[in-house]
Amino acid sequence: METALISPAKAAFLGIPTVIFSLIIPVVGVAVFAYIMAKRLAPLVRALPDERLDRPCRRLVAVLKYYFGQYKHPRYITAGIIHIALFIGFFIISLRSVTLVLSGISEGYHLPGFGGELGAAYDILKDYTVTVMLVVTIVAMIRRGIFKPERYAVPPKYGKDHTKEAVFVLALISGLLISDSFFEGSLAAANLQQGIHSESMVLGTTPWVAALLLSGVSTESLQSIHIGAYFSHELIFFFFLCFLPLGKHFHIITSLPNVFMMKLDKGTVKPVRWGVPDSRLDELKNFGVNKFEDFTWKHMLDFYSCADCGRCSDHCPANAVGRPLSPRFITIKSRDYSFRHYPLLGDFIISNEPLIGNILEEHEIWSCTTCGACEEECPVMIEYIDKIVDLRRYMVEEGMVPQSLQKPLGALEKRGNPYGKMERKRADWIKDKNFADTFKVKVLGNGVKAETLFFVDSVTSFDDRIQHIGRSTARVLRACGIDFGILGPAEMDSGHEVRRFGEEMLFQQLRDKNIEAISSTRAKKLVTADPHAYNALKKDYIGMPEVEHISQVISHALVEKRIRLKPFKEEGRVFTYHDPCYLGRHNGFYDIPRKVIDSIEGLKRVEMGKRCKDRSFCCGGGGLYLFYEPIEEKRMGQVRVEMAAEAGADVIITACPFCMINLEDAVKTSGLEGKMEVIDLVELVDRHLEI
Amino acid sequence: MEILVCIKRVPDTAENEIEVNRDGTDIERDDLVYSVNEWDNYAVEEAIQIRDKVGGNVTVVSVGDENAEEVVRREMAMGADQGILLSDDVFEGSDGKGVATILKAEIEKGKYDLILTGAQADDGAGQVGGMLAAMLDWPFASLVNKIEISDDKKISVGREIAGGNQEMNEMDLPCVLSIQTGINEPRYVGIRGIRKVASVDIPVHGMGELGLSPDRIGKAGAKVNCLDYFVPDPGEGAEMLEGSTDEILDKLVEILKSKGGIK
Repeated sequence: METALISPAKAAFLGIPTVIFSLIIPVVGVAVFAYIMAKRLAPLVRALPDERLDRPCRRLVAVLKYYFGQYKHPRYITAGIIHIALFIGFFIISLRSVTLVLSGISEGYHLPGFGGELGAAYDILKDYTVTVMLVVTIVAMIRRGIFKPERYAVPPKYGKDHTKEAVFVLALISGLLISDSFFEGSLAAANLQQGIHSESMVLGTTPWVAALLLSGVSTESLQSIHIGAYFSHELIFFFFLCFLPLGKHFHIITSLPNVFMMKLDKGTVKPVRWGVPDSRLDELKNFGVNKFEDFTWKHMLDFYSCADCGRCSDHCPANAVGRPLSPRFITIKSRDYSFRHYPLLGDFIISNEPLIGNILEEHEIWSCTTCGACEEECPVMIEYIDKIVDLRRYMVEEGMVPQSLQKPLGALEKRGNPYGKMERKRADWIKDKNFADTFKVKVLGNGVKAETLFFVDSVTSFDDRIQHIGRSTARVLRACGIDFGILGPAEMDSGHEVRRFGEEMLFQQLRDKNIEAISSTRAKKLVTADPHAYNALKKDYIGMPEVEHISQVISHALVEKRIRLKPFKEEGRVFTYHDPCYLGRHNGFYDIPRKVIDSIEGLKRVEMGKRCKDRSFCCGGGGLYLFYEPIEEKRMGQVRVEMAAEAGADVIITACPFCMINLEDAVKTSGLEGKMEVIDLVELVDRHLEI
Repeated sequence: MEILVCIKRVPDTAENEIEVNRDGTDIERDDLVYSVNEWDNYAVEEAIQIRDKVGGNVTVVSVGDENAEEVVRREMAMGADQGILLSDDVFEGSDGKGVATILKAEIEKGKYDLILTGAQADDGAGQVGGMLAAMLDWPFASLVNKIEISDDKKISVGREIAGGNQEMNEMDLPCVLSIQTGINEPRYVGIRGIRKVASVDIPVHGMGELGLSPDRIGKAGAKVNCLDYFVPDPGEGAEMLEGSTDEILDKLVEILKSKGGIK
């Protein structure tokens, strides 16, 4: 095809054919990129094993949903739209970029199949894409550079601001788009000047603007601009490629595999060591993560995949109340550590120094309540809980356990509950006078049998306030027509938080005793009112009968009309439902408890703005978290109670004993006593049972 | 530095409801759980920290029945290098002096620079450390909340005095120190740690190995004998509040209000 300008494949610069550069730049670029990638893979090779290739179909679905579908991005609408626009844009212009690179070697190159109409259509699409991307990039630069959304800020203790890198990369992207536009625009302008017919420019696109701007420029200059723009694009393209693995833009490469190899089983905790069964744990020399190479390779890939978007920390309740934890910086600090110790040039620095006390702090790791808000937000499915648990496993091994937790852990070891109460008093809650007069709860064993086992757990067995929830649960179970019993003294703490605090062997001891006791009752079903116990029985225990949370039991009973609820009579009261982390985020029960509440006629319920369902704000944590003395400015429960007040509610309904303790405490410390009430879902149902 | 820490297995006061038995000879022991005496745990932690700083060995020793082996093992899981159990039927019923006599015999078999004991035990009278030092004719400091090792001949030890002030003393080695809680933050001992030392051999030394004569130890050698355990009658002005926690709290608030304690 005749054109007014000489193409980069045929042109010469200072007498040197430019095709040489067209060859050298990609070869050098790809070689440098391969070298960097090899260096980046080095720590992953030294890391501990991980198992991430099971259930490939589910993984493909995850890739379609979270990667191609960009499912989590719109949770932050502005950033989400910007990202989705650039994400789609990159896929479209990647074909153009490859075509451009190759056309510098072979004049007029087009990708297979792109010679005819498809190619022409693609060119139009591409021109629009380039234009939209350029606008979006500029908007993004203004947003990052001028408006500076708060969540991108870097607190001084975590190092320098990251704005420069972000804006620099956006500038590179614009550079790619602009150079491409001028490459094309200069040719169009020259063709026009010489009256050569060429495909008309797409009106209003950046190549069109470039052609317009260059319309008065001499052909000679246009030739220089044409070649200059081409090689600018070429250089930026390969520089960008090699720049990706050097920082947060590594996610452009790693997020696809990271999503494919995401954790599929929410609410579980990774085994101490992948591939080592519980029976052989004693053979392991050490537990948990001490040095960097104790992370699994997937957890290292997580570090590479972080885009530094700050969504995790923006939703982290520990971060919100000023605890020394910001999940984002667990990742950033670890990535920086990895880059420092596996440099691109020079020898790797393999060090045995512990991460705790070096880049991480003890209190930072104890601050996490494992609420899962960070993981819920992460667009690229980075995991935090498993890493935190692994770091705690190491600390437990080294004896680095806060004094406030040592007593309850000791009591769990000796008595099977964190309060140090006598085992034989575990069923005393059913002996409450008013209750026992009307109701005799079966204690299973010694020939006493029941269809359903109500797993009570420690807090409901021993805490004065929570025992009321236990008794309500019993009454509701009876009203639902369920034949049930409890384990009584044979029950041990579920160990849910023991495991999440990193004391794996104590957890296994508790679990094994419970499994034995539960199995011996031959109960066909397990019911609990405690989401933590529910999660433990369902995800941490093996070979258990079907487990249900009491909200499910109530919901079924309502549907099957086994129970009916009286209307709510009090005027002017407004309820709000607080999603417990281990019922909501970790187990996905958002609608069931709401439906149960809404089945009470006349009860007015509001949501706490955006902070509901999978964005619920943790009350402060369950189990052992009640004993932990965190460094914080404010209590999480207090923040949550204030959210409820702001929503206009004066009753908070929850469905977890620990939420009850934390929120009731918070009502008192917020000075809302008498103005705000906290009630458990099962207590609410109990009060409204139509008998 | 060769350090010996004397430890005791006691009913865990945090995890038991202590009740006197019916005939007043002892407390009810059926449902009790035991642990290492809290003060001793601090002493072992301190010994481990000293060893990690200046080198040497930490040995833990306990006078008790075969069950006391469990606490020796736990302190070894914590980081002590050796454990010794001093156990013999004739040791039973020893008073403080008897226990100190048994410990002294073991100490003389070794070559220790520093002996640590807890300042007191949950179920004891806080006398063994002092008696042991006197019998050995070694310097003694009690209620120690700070230890600084000067060299292999001398150490400085601190004690809290009234008003939160600190007193520092210098003393020669070898010596005996009784350790106060709060001197450090004892490390956690996990189930895995205990399992790791589960099969370590713990030598048991009895009367024969220690070269003791039965008339100075056990019930026969005791100069102080327990007469009775009982719950004291409430004195004048004392009132026991009964009921559920809520009821007790309501009553307490009522009393405090009526006496002008709170408004």
